[in-house]
Formats: sequence, C-alpha cells, structure tokens
Amino acid sequence: MNDLRDLYQEVILDHNKRPRNFRILPQPTHHADGVNPLCGDRISVFLDIDDDIIQDISFQGAGCAISSASASLMTEALKGKPVAEIEHLFEAFHTVVTTNSECPKGLGKLSVLAGVRDYPSRVKCATLAWHAVRAALEQHKQPVATE
Amino acid sequence: MSALPVLTTVPASNTSLDLTGIRAEFPILRQQIHGKPLVYLDNAASVQKPNAVINAISDCYSRYYANIHRGVHLLSERSTIAYEGAREKVRAFLNAASVREIIFTRGTTESINLVASSFGGNTVKAGDEIVITGMEHHSNIVPWQLLCQRTGAVLKVVPFTDAGELILEEYERLLNSGRVKLAVFVHISNALGTINPVKTMVDLARARGIPTLIDGAQAIAHLKVDIQELDCDFYAFSGHKVYGPSGVGVLYGKQILLEAMPPYQGGGDMISVVTFEKTEYADLPNKFEAGTPNIAGVIGLGAALDWVNQLGLSTVAAHENDLLDDATVQLLEIPGLSIMGTARDKAALVAFTLQDIHPHDIGTILDREGVAIRAGHHCAQPVMQRYGVPATARASFAVYNTSDEVNALVKALWKVKELFS
Repeated sequence: MNDLRDLYQEVILDHNKRPRNFRILPQPTHHADGVNPLCGDRISVFLDIDDDIIQDISFQGAGCAISSASASLMTEALKGKPVAEIEHLFEAFHTVVTTNSECPKGLGKLSVLAGVRDYPSRVKCATLAWHAVRAALEQHKQPVATE
Repeated sequence: MSALPVLTTVPASNTSLDLTGIRAEFPILRQQIHGKPLVYLDNAASVQKPNAVINAISDCYSRYYANIHRGVHLLSERSTIAYEGAREKVRAFLNAASVREIIFTRGTTESINLVASSFGGNTVKAGDEIVITGMEHHSNIVPWQLLCQRTGAVLKVVPFTDAGELILEEYERLLNSGRVKLAVFVHISNALGTINPVKTMVDLARARGIPTLIDGAQAIAHLKVDIQELDCDFYAFSGHKVYGPSGVGVLYGKQILLEAMPPYQGGGDMISVVTFEKTEYADLPNKFEAGTPNIAGVIGLGAALDWVNQLGLSTVAAHENDLLDDATVQLLEIPGLSIMGTARDKAALVAFTLQDIHPHDIGTILDREGVAIRAGHHCAQPVMQRYGVPATARASFAVYNTSDEVNALVKALWKVKELFS
C-alpha cells in the first residue's frame, strides 16, 4: 500500500476528485483533443492566449485519476505563463515521469506526479493533457494520440 | 445494470479437478508479482500455456522442424504429418465434417477478415445488408465496415437489453428485410460474458437462406462447439484463447461455400499450377493458406486441444462457473460496485465498475497486489457507449484459477476503495 501512496498522493487524489479549471472556454484561441487509444481516455484542452501569455486555460474529458489530476495540475501550472515556457515545463515534466533523475527546479506541484516513473504503463496517462496542449498550439484538427 | 444477476445453476463440479496438479502444469503461474503471488485473471484477453503446449512447440523446433507440404526429406514429412494431424484434431474438436473445412489463420481476426474479403467481396453488393450485434468485438465490426465501404452495403445492428441479452425479436425483424447477405454474431461476449443463443440465431437465419458467421474467440475454451449440430456457415477462433500459442487461429467454413470463394491471399502453397497467363488454385484447405504457415504454432494448438480434451470441457466449465458465482456474490458485497453484463446465460468473466474510480486506476492498484485483470474498453467500444461508461474492469477465469484467487481479487478491490475513499 505504501508504494501505491507514492503514485496516488493526496494532491493527485484531490485534483482527481475536484479538478481545477474543469470547464469549456467559450472562445478559446487554441483548442485540441487528446486521446489515449489504449484506454479510450479523451481530454479536450482550451487556451486563451494573448500577447504570448496564457491568459486562461481549461480542460474537459473523462480519464483515470492520473490523467485527470495531471491535466488539472497542468492548467494551474500554465495559467499566466508565457507560451514559450510550455515546452520547457513539458520537457522537465516528461523527464520527471520517465526517468529517475532529480526533480528539476521550477516544476512546483507538478512534481507530485513523479511516482508515475515506477508505472511505465501509466506514463501516457500523465502526459496526455500536455500532448493535447502541444497539439492545440500547433492547431491540430485531428485529436492527438498518445500511441 | 441495476438488475441482480441470476446465478448460473450449475452445481459445484462433482468431477474433482486436481487444481494443484493443473496449476503445476503452468510454469508461468509459479511466480510473484510485486512480491505477491500472481493471480492471473486476464484469461479472456489471453490464457496461459501448459507444459504440454510449450513442450510440443519446443519438440517441433528441436526434433523435427522443416517446411511442410513440399520437402521430399524426412523432417519435412514429419512436420507435414504433425501439421495435418493438428488439422484433424481441430476437426474432431469442432466435430466438423471434413478437414477440408478447417483453415489455419493467424487468429480470429484474420479468420473474419478472410470471410469479409473473400466471401463478402464475392457476394455482397450495394444496398445489401449485413446483420451484426451491438456486443461485437472490434474484430467482428471493422472488417464488415470495410466491406460496406467497398461495396455500398449497410450494417444492421441487433440491440441488447440492459442485462446484456440480445433482443431476438429485433434480430428476426432485421433478417426479414430480404436484403441480408450474411448474419455475424459473437458466441460469448468478451465485454459482458453473455452466451448468445447461437443455435437459435443460426436456425432463424438459415430459415431465410442467410449464411452465418460466429466469432467463437471467447467460447472455444469454455463451451463444447459441435459444428454439425450448430450448422453455422463459418466459425472463427484463436489458438491463444484455448491454451494454445498466439499467432494461430482457425476458420471453419462450410465446404460448399469455401469452394465457391476466391482465394484470400495469393502465394505459395495455395496453387496447383502457375504460369504467367493463369494460375490454378489448390484444393481446400490449401487454397486459403498462402505462404509458409505458423507450423509450430499449429502443432502447439493441436497439443492444446488434446490437453483440453483430457480435462473435458464440461468439467472445465463447471469449475469456471463455480468461480464466476463465487466472484459475483462477493463483488456485489462491495458498495458502489456495479456488474456490467448480467445475462442469464453467462460465461466465466465479470466486468464491473467501482463508483467513479477509473478502471485503469483499479487495474494499477490490483497489479500491485499481484492480481492481473483487464481495464479498458475491451475492444468493444460500442458496448461501453451502450452503458455510458468509458471503460470497465474485467476479471476472467480459466481452469487453473482457484477460489483463493477470487478472494484475493475481492480483497484487493477493498484496498482500491480504501485508497480512493
């Protein structure tokens, strides 16, 4: 049970139960869907970008605790940030959930998902929302898939 | 989903299965997962292999392997005899009339694609209809959709009740359109466990001159299939669901239909004479087995069927039904757990949701307890849509499972609840 608590930390369980920014933006400047064909999870992300700053960001969809919490934490981390920072954060986040390296500084609350690194089959759950944001910035019309 | 399942009435098996002995025949079961004994309950996805099968494959490669049907040397003869011997074992297992009706494929999926491409391409025209059911696996949906796209034919879908039982009146109504060229349906649903009344469904179609294909992937290891009594036109199954290797499967087809069908793939072994002007095809079953087949796999499948015969399918089914009843009762004691698929006639699997906990989370937590289950849409997304859930968790049983393992599943599910409380 203890090692499971490393994955399902309180913060994750909380964000799963009460996801932040869980809504549709009425007029997003950027929007994309992400799907995980393996499990059928589907997530939509909405961004309102002005002056290269993420003024607002939200998501909707159905997924497991890891993908929901990750999406929720991501929206909190990205709101108000310059667009240029998304790639840096995603890269740092990706490193944290896939390798045993130290948590890079500046990840903040996102580092609670570090436990995913011990569950390779769940990495895609943790990165789905990030892939969707990247797709939104690239203006993908088709849903982006984790596979 | 709210209806309580009616438990199957099969009594505890009188024929005592030597479970310890059976488990000893499966080397993979003797291991720990995350420090806990492996409890393998993902048998509907793929079942584990007994020594009899592992040794048959190893024997083939280490003692007599060579290509079949063409060598003049002894190893080729021995491989050919073993390969064709497996075909006879499949024939006998299904009680088909002739080995010419047994085609080896890569699995259920390829068997169905063969029929969709060869029989469908030859028979189905624009405006025709193919009747399928709402509880099909993707492998018995997509090949028919592709056929419809190629030909302009239309799929007609038989709905099912909340309990997961096909509405036979609707099936009959769809058959009556006069445009139906084929009816295809699953024998046992992999997502719900429902055992469909396939004999009745074949009879209803036959009365209207409509051929039938049955997806037997989930049935082959749990139910006795007598093809001549069933009288369907095509029956497809996979080796890996019946204790045999993956990558090998079977298509049973009625000889008269197979003879009229064009080849599915061209290549070696399926011809009798080739010139650049014209090719004469080989007789059945070789016409449908282009190229060097999965020789050791087919031989392994033969060994698997021998192994199942030795136990007796009815003994196997009685044991699995006991496990299913036990699991059903215990799972329903967990508050917030709903079972999806409560048909009166049900095979050895139980699909469920637990409150709003996503099945993937359930699967991960169970895995840490050593319990392997399937979580997801089970390649049956229309079934998930029917119940309005993105996914379910599924525990499925094989002959080597024990009531202790059912208890381990239930105990682990209580842990899931505790973690997500």
